Amino acid sequence: MAVTELAAPPARPTPGRKKSPATSLIVLALRKVGTLLITLFFASLVVFFSRFVLPGDPARFLLRGRSPKPEALVEITKQFGLDKPPIEQYLTWVGGILHGDWGRSLTYRQSVSDVLLNRLPVTLELAALAAVFITVLGLAAGILASLNKGGWDRFILITVTAAGAIPPFVAAIALTALFAVQLGWFPSFGSGDEGLGRLWHLTLPALALGLTFIAFMARVTRSSMNEQLTREHVEVATSRGLKRSSVVFRHVLRNALGPILTVSGVLIAGLLVSSAIVEQTFGLTGIGQLLVQSIDRLDFAVVQAIVMIVVTAFVLANTIVDLIQPLIDPRIAAGTESR
Amino acid sequence: MTLTGTIPLLRTRSYGSLLSGTGWFAAVVTLVVVLLSVLAPVLAPYDPDFVDLSSVLGGPSGAHWLGTDALGRDLFSRLMYGGRTSLMGPLIVVAASTVLGMLLGLATGWTDGWMSRILNRIFDLLFAFPALLLSMLAIAIFGKGLMAPILAMTISYVPYVARLTQQLVVAERARPYVQAYRVLGFRTPWVVLGRVMPNLVPTIGAQSTLNFGYVLADLAALSFIGLGIQPPTSDWGAMIEEARGALLGGHVLPGLLPALVVVLIVVSINVIGEELSDRIGGKLS
Repeated sequence: MAVTELAAPPARPTPGRKKSPATSLIVLALRKVGTLLITLFFASLVVFFSRFVLPGDPARFLLRGRSPKPEALVEITKQFGLDKPPIEQYLTWVGGILHGDWGRSLTYRQSVSDVLLNRLPVTLELAALAAVFITVLGLAAGILASLNKGGWDRFILITVTAAGAIPPFVAAIALTALFAVQLGWFPSFGSGDEGLGRLWHLTLPALALGLTFIAFMARVTRSSMNEQLTREHVEVATSRGLKRSSVVFRHVLRNALGPILTVSGVLIAGLLVSSAIVEQTFGLTGIGQLLVQSIDRLDFAVVQAIVMIVVTAFVLANTIVDLIQPLIDPRIAAGTESR
Repeated sequence: MTLTGTIPLLRTRSYGSLLSGTGWFAAVVTLVVVLLSVLAPVLAPYDPDFVDLSSVLGGPSGAHWLGTDALGRDLFSRLMYGGRTSLMGPLIVVAASTVLGMLLGLATGWTDGWMSRILNRIFDLLFAFPALLLSMLAIAIFGKGLMAPILAMTISYVPYVARLTQQLVVAERARPYVQAYRVLGFRTPWVVLGRVMPNLVPTIGAQSTLNFGYVLADLAALSFIGLGIQPPTSDWGAMIEEARGALLGGHVLPGLLPALVVVLIVVSINVIGEELSDRIGGKLS
């Protein structure tokens, strides 16, 4: 390879014409949505073709762990279209997903979408409650630490570092041992009824699920706030005699939101994945538990569907975060063309 | 030959300042846990799978230092043997993903051809699959055990290592010593592998240390929900799962001990990893 080639600086996109902020915002949004769709397309390829890495009869793979009669093999071949070329099978599968037909579950003997719809509310409620804990406790701890240098800051930092290293399943066990078995304040198992009963049943799981993320959120908030607190505009606001609360919330926190928001996309995905473990531990009938059970019972159509849902939620969350960013900080939208 | 790209770590810092007091403590804890696990066949007082129904759920005693589980098996011995499986998985994942990710990162960070672009798109795609999710998909295909999640986790962590390497490589490429080697006519592979890579190893190593903790927690979680290591093989995650019945009956120790060990080792490794990346990788940010 020629020396000059190596020495060439990394290629930079040529700056485009100046556009109005609104136009660049739309361009940004379109580009993000485009990336989203492309990622989802390739993700669906991975999820669908993953079972082709195993050699052998696909009908027997799908019916593993059962002792299939010949009729069953014929039946499953017909149902999944296994005699057709793989590309056609994929197109049928994707087409079905887009039309709400997710295939049939072998264990439940009903359509995957029905099974999923039954299970989805618990998972969403669990994730939502965990998100509330993360936002409230994480933000509060982070803000408290950054505004109180010294003892409080150290205490929160140490607590948060320790809490951040406790994996959800360990947190689940510890919380069960303390609050369900020893103190008997909360139930250790089941999803409970609607309303307050549900909330009561979901409190421990949501805490177990959220613990690492609360810690993570607190750390990001703290460092992001600390960075803002040293800025000149904060000093100016303080010296102009604005109220402390006004300075903190309108000048520091608003500017500190960027990094906090960036990590929330990752957090949401983490919540959905870890909820599989927490739901299984607490016996909650959500899609996380369904995923674990379906792997256990070799119900591959359900596994594929749930993996696809979680990946979609993950990519979607990150895209939404990317799109909200410029609304909080207009420089990001403006920066798309100068960078 | 005086133009050597020395490893910054060795040039500017003595090993004494590599870790703080807390960091050294964490390192000693890690070392003790690793040694106890590695030497389990020599040191363990009991066969980890020996069932003794006459001493079920016994508390700590002279015969059983940490007590026994619901089948009367010695907890201390099981913890030691459990460490072997619980530490081996993350070790394989971290070693494989570090080597693969670093090589791919070097290649894609140094060149800008179509191969690099395709690899970068593949990395982007893999970022959409959280490691634990990809592991579950792999288990659904290959079956329960350690093999499928190790494979999936390795694939999941390669892009992270590769992205970090790319950032470092781009910064390193502009440094004078690299230019000097080029002018002197050294071959690119020799410069990249022989002179640039050693400069990146400390920073990447620090990140990989952190990854070890994450992988350990995820693999233990998989064993805990019954998709990883299968009983009766002792594994920290599987031990916690097996102890759940005892836990609900008020016997805390069989579940609490493996949980404590997992947290202890993850905290220790996080402390070491973060201190290393602060002290070595500080120049990156």
